Amino acid sequence: MTLENARERRVRTGGVELCVAELGDPGQPTVILVHGYPDSKEVWSEVAPRLADRFHVVLYDVRGHGRSTAPKPLRGGFTLEKLTDDFLAVADAVSPDRPVHLVGHDWGSVQSWEFATVKRTEGRIASFTSMSGPSLDHFGHWISNRIKRPTPRRVGQLLGQGAKSWYVYALHTPVLPELAWRGPLGKTWPRILERLEKIPGAGYPTSSLPTDAAHGAWLYRDNVRTRLRRPRTDAYAHAPVQLITPLGDAFLSERLYDELELWVPQLTRRTLAAKHWIPRSRPDQLVAWITEFVTSVEGGRPEGVTATGKYADRFGGQLVLVTGAGSGIGRATAYAFAEAGARVVAVDRDAEAASRTAEMSRLIGAPAAWAETVDVSDEQAMEKLAEKVATEYGVVDVLVNNAGIGLSGSFFDTTPEDWKKVLDVNLWGVIHGCRLFGKQMAERGQGGHIVNTASAAAYQPSKALPAYSTSKAAVLMLSECLRAELAGQGIGVTAICPGLVNTNITSTAHFAGVDAEEEKRRQKKSARLYGLRNYPPEKVADAILRAVVRGEAVVPVTPEARGAYLMSRFTPRALRRIARLEPPL
Amino acid sequence: MTTAVTGGLRADSAELRGFRQVQRLAYECAEAVAARLEPGITEREAARMQREWLRERGVRDWFHLPFAWFGDRTAFVNFRIPLQFFPTNRRLEPGMPFILDMAPVYDGYTADIGYSGSLGINPVQDKLMADLEAHRELILREVRERRPLREIYEDVDRLMVRQGYANRHRAYPFGVIAHKVDRVEQRRWSAHVFGFGTQSLKGLASDALHGHREGWSPLWSPYRFSDHPPQPGLWAVEPHLGFRGTGAKFEEILVVTDSGDPEESAFWLDDDLPHVRRWAEER
Repeated sequence: MTLENARERRVRTGGVELCVAELGDPGQPTVILVHGYPDSKEVWSEVAPRLADRFHVVLYDVRGHGRSTAPKPLRGGFTLEKLTDDFLAVADAVSPDRPVHLVGHDWGSVQSWEFATVKRTEGRIASFTSMSGPSLDHFGHWISNRIKRPTPRRVGQLLGQGAKSWYVYALHTPVLPELAWRGPLGKTWPRILERLEKIPGAGYPTSSLPTDAAHGAWLYRDNVRTRLRRPRTDAYAHAPVQLITPLGDAFLSERLYDELELWVPQLTRRTLAAKHWIPRSRPDQLVAWITEFVTSVEGGRPEGVTATGKYADRFGGQLVLVTGAGSGIGRATAYAFAEAGARVVAVDRDAEAASRTAEMSRLIGAPAAWAETVDVSDEQAMEKLAEKVATEYGVVDVLVNNAGIGLSGSFFDTTPEDWKKVLDVNLWGVIHGCRLFGKQMAERGQGGHIVNTASAAAYQPSKALPAYSTSKAAVLMLSECLRAELAGQGIGVTAICPGLVNTNITSTAHFAGVDAEEEKRRQKKSARLYGLRNYPPEKVADAILRAVVRGEAVVPVTPEARGAYLMSRFTPRALRRIARLEPPL
Repeated sequence: MTTAVTGGLRADSAELRGFRQVQRLAYECAEAVAARLEPGITEREAARMQREWLRERGVRDWFHLPFAWFGDRTAFVNFRIPLQFFPTNRRLEPGMPFILDMAPVYDGYTADIGYSGSLGINPVQDKLMADLEAHRELILREVRERRPLREIYEDVDRLMVRQGYANRHRAYPFGVIAHKVDRVEQRRWSAHVFGFGTQSLKGLASDALHGHREGWSPLWSPYRFSDHPPQPGLWAVEPHLGFRGTGAKFEEILVVTDSGDPEESAFWLDDDLPHVRRWAEER
């Protein structure tokens, strides 16, 4: 089986025998992983070994699942009270003197909520990481709150979750679910999973799936109706809770957790752009978050700067690489990610500026930040960088290909060298970034996001910027093609088209066809123009983070960029007229 | 009537002693009030504490009434109109940065100072404060070189960008980084308009009038009217760094004379100030 090197033992409790597997050093803090429906402990086979380096990892098959025995009779054998007995028996067996850290997915999380909120487990649980499984009691209150005080929005939330819960009603039908699972559904389930969730099979689900699923139907029948009708009013968590919410979950709405703070005094929220089976599809991210959370609860880490920025739930602990991070939009973007708690790799060809960005990033919330000096147009240097980043920091979760240079001047003034330079940086830089880091992302198969900084000039022709616009138009198209290609792998691609933003691109831009003095003058003049416009790069950074969270494709940022984008779609002729105007330089 | 402070100022003159005394008084006030700040205090209360402290020590007139900014207001986040400078009911919280800014007139001498600090530890503001040292050096060096004020302004700006910060003195009226200060005649009643003492405003206005005729301005700004070499006199210089929600500044008087000797042509009125001592300790 996929859980290699696991030490197995059997724990007897309440008339059943549970199959318990252990990995890692028992001297370390114990982390108990509880699986969901219809799964067995093997759903954790990607997560458990990765956690075992740091922790004593314990998994068990819930009664009636995998290699644990089923209660007799089944009806009434799966109540939350009995599942709590099982948990305590396992916890006492594997960690008699020390409270354990709980991690639950799906039904494993639903039952763990019971463990974490009933009196008799107090002092046995040090922390609880919940994913895709609400407390039935909280859920019951959530529903009754919405029924008692319906507003259009709350009714919408109720109906939305009601529709997502179709399978709960289906599982209440007698016999039919069992027949389906033991028959055709059980056979096709692995393929369904692979199609819907894009998760590799690799020994999962196990061959016990049809019986697991048939027995597990009693989890719903024994608990859901009674708890939702009469939810406990004292379901307060007595341990810190980390809530990980996959945003693409087909079965649970994010809104379910809106009022969770009322029940959990110490709550950490995390969100993930993924579907339901995150223990299969995002093991690395889960391991990082579980490790961080458990370690912080254990008090093993000095209290660092806490991320307070927007989207901290989404980017906390992720690895973000930004090129051109020494100034302007790149720097602001690195800071925004740092504020959201991401680890930042700041890349720039100016070493001093890059290390400055990394240093400040650490001050405002990045748990780690590194500076790298690379010219993005240098293929070999980029390859070296990609190798170094992968071995030293890991696979990048968000890549921002931002580095770019400005070039202005008529087509006939633009020399082949000018063309080469602008294409090398603006286009090839992006190609190298996508090719090298995007490949690592795709090979890891755990999603990610690529942001390419194009420009409003990508769709707005101008007689003053032929080379620059061409390079940026290519970036835009490249991004859209890549987005199509990577869509199947959970990797998003965004092209950002900022518009006139107050950065130093103007004062470093090359003006073709004029002498040095005139170039200086134009640089100054355009810098002043951009300064008067005074659109701050921080706002572009915000747009970038938002675009990653929402998975947007093309994002014009400033009002004029948005206006031009609309014109390019609906009145392209007018836009071509504007392209003929002489720029005010 | 204001007495214009022109050339021939020596570091040990009685005139400068007066200015130095009031500047020290103001910084003492800032340190005293900063030590008394605690969680829950509002900007208004902090401003009142400054006013009362200085009144008790004989201050009757102001170039401007004391300001206090807490939290992201230290970086002038979303400041659009000058009224936003005035203290609000924003409450101080642990770890929050704050800036106290006051300009008392004492015995006819004016000071205008800015004091940055934080309630407890704030590594970001510490960093900003440390980085301000380079600005103090740059400003003095370039003033001694008699570079046009506008150019110095642009160099300060560039240094800030290189350091990764936003230039927050752009948010001041006319975007000034400094303005001239002069002696102010003591009146029995010192009226103020929008927080600014009328006597001092009168001085500034008359400077502006003279300057306009002679081609210089009492305001050190990024605009064309500051495109002239430093005018002899006393300048209250206030570079103000902003980094996301945190700001830091110092403000103190720079003496510019018409001496030919570079050392004497410009110097900081006093080197024994909290921020200068802090840099010395860090070294």
